[in-house]
Amino acid sequence: MNKIIEMKNISKIYRAGEVDVPALKDITVDINKGTFVSFIGPSGSGKTTLLNLIGALDTPTSGILKVDGAETGRLSTKKRAIFRGENIGFIFQDFNLISVLTVYENVEYPLLMVKETPREKRVKIVNALLEKTGMLDQKAKYPSQLSGGQKQRVAVARALTTSPRIVLADEPTANLDHDTAFMVISLMKKMRDESGVTFIFSTHDPKIVGVVDIIHTLEDGIIMKSEEVTHG
Amino acid sequence: MGNLIKIAFRNLYRQKRRTLLTIAIISVGVIAVLLFSALSGAFKNMMVGQITDSMLGHMQIHRKGYVSSLDNLPLDKTIDAKQMKKMGEILDRIPRVEAYSKRILMGGMLSNYMETTNIKVAGINPKDESIVTPLLTSRIKKGEMLKKGEILLPELVTKGMNLKVGQSIVLIVNNVDGSVNGQNLKIAGIVESVVGPTGKYGYIHIDDAVTVLRMDEPEFSEIAIRLNKISSLDKVTRQISLEIVEMKNKEGEPIFEVHSWQELSPFYNIAKMIDLMSLFINILLVAIVLISILNVMIMAVYERIKEIGTLTAIGTLPGKIRTMFLMEGLFLGFFGSVAGSIIGVILIIATKFAHITIAFGRNENILIDPAIPFDQMALITLVSTIVAVLASLQPAIKASHMDPIEALRYS
Repeated sequence: MNKIIEMKNISKIYRAGEVDVPALKDITVDINKGTFVSFIGPSGSGKTTLLNLIGALDTPTSGILKVDGAETGRLSTKKRAIFRGENIGFIFQDFNLISVLTVYENVEYPLLMVKETPREKRVKIVNALLEKTGMLDQKAKYPSQLSGGQKQRVAVARALTTSPRIVLADEPTANLDHDTAFMVISLMKKMRDESGVTFIFSTHDPKIVGVVDIIHTLEDGIIMKSEEVTHG
Repeated sequence: MGNLIKIAFRNLYRQKRRTLLTIAIISVGVIAVLLFSALSGAFKNMMVGQITDSMLGHMQIHRKGYVSSLDNLPLDKTIDAKQMKKMGEILDRIPRVEAYSKRILMGGMLSNYMETTNIKVAGINPKDESIVTPLLTSRIKKGEMLKKGEILLPELVTKGMNLKVGQSIVLIVNNVDGSVNGQNLKIAGIVESVVGPTGKYGYIHIDDAVTVLRMDEPEFSEIAIRLNKISSLDKVTRQISLEIVEMKNKEGEPIFEVHSWQELSPFYNIAKMIDLMSLFINILLVAIVLISILNVMIMAVYERIKEIGTLTAIGTLPGKIRTMFLMEGLFLGFFGSVAGSIIGVILIIATKFAHITIAFGRNENILIDPAIPFDQMALITLVSTIVAVLASLQPAIKASHMDPIEALRYS
């Protein structure tokens, strides 16, 4: 399988006042295209920091990080924004939908603002994604009118709008009940199967852990264990 | 761009009360400026009109040095017939000059055969003078416009000496040689005095002035000029100055000088003060718009930090985030100033119909006629909108430079 993410000796150190706080220490890991990967670990273990680096929201202090062949740490802020718009989809724990936009407009937003896709194509893409996520009949509603599960389904659709190579999901089921969480995970897996997008999670939710292909366990900024999961 | 506009609108809509309040604050500021400008402009125009149309004219030409010794009304600093002819040719060539009136000014004594008083008199051609100072006719409270052999007397003089229209008086003056001359004149009318210099002058016919001063040929003290539009005052003053500067004495110095009403009347300072007050009110408006928009936009950025983080994370470029916030400021400023302009114009029209009158000088019941030129209103709207955008700039830049990780972590 082709590598979509290559990390070699990645470290990330934050400065808190006069003190250096290492968030990631010497991480070396590769992620293949189309896999369903999860980083697990307790709070403060470095999961979100790692996702931020992969998502080009942040740059490593040292080491080499290549996302789809691009060394994102060397890109300018503007180029990283463009890179994110073209290659990365984000799913957040708090859904982070734009409250003033409808379901349809939230999903359409990246196509308009990031990719500037023509209207006809936009309508096609957005409706197809809303149909796949089961939100087509809710497209005129605003986020405040949706349940947590519905919001996260809209967030999944939004993450996939620009046909990204990678979707990063930071604790995507943390604010959902058991059934809803399971439904959202199933939806993401279905999307992965259909589109071949690489899904990378940070979680300690066993429901996600149970469906992923690879689990990387993080502790104090170090990958303690990497294991492939065989699904029966 | 269309989507940015839509989002900006929706963001304003989601904080309806705050948006309306901000628009209302800007509107009130614009209304205040428009009303003040219209009323102060009306008062200023009325005041200027009273001064120029009663006696002064829009501008005057004198022999150099005459104005500085105006209190003495010197008879040796005059414009002779030959110079007047040349001057007439110059003025006739300028289309912006509506009319001009030649005057001979003199100081003298007035006697009703029982008592005497001092008086200043202007020798005029009634027809020309009525065009240059159109309020002269309306200032005649009793009697009518003078003819040859008649005099118009200021109200204060007639009251003090108990003079009536139709009565005869003697005007006694010194001519340029110093000899005393007198002439019998019939009182044609009584003129209301006006504020300012020359406001308490009597009037005689210019031919009578030539006679009483024993002039071989007319020599004029001043030429009062009326323009088609007072707005062209500076332009015409410059043009006449350039033309008459060519008329030089033996020493090669210009013989004549032009003065606009502003240089001749102390009321120009009041007019300037009105303009200054207008400027302060305008600065106040700018401050109102600036502070209210800045306040609202700073709040909007702080409220939407997480949202900004999301927008940045999914790849929205900083420029677009900046534009989105600038648009919100633009709409607040634009709608605030447009609403203020509409309400302001309605109030100005209402004030017009309310027929508000004031007293100015000796004139009571002068109708205030407020008006605001369209270009001034457009300028106020434009300035308010631009200030609103400028006030949004700092919060917009802050939003666009926000670190997405910090923003997403914000709760």
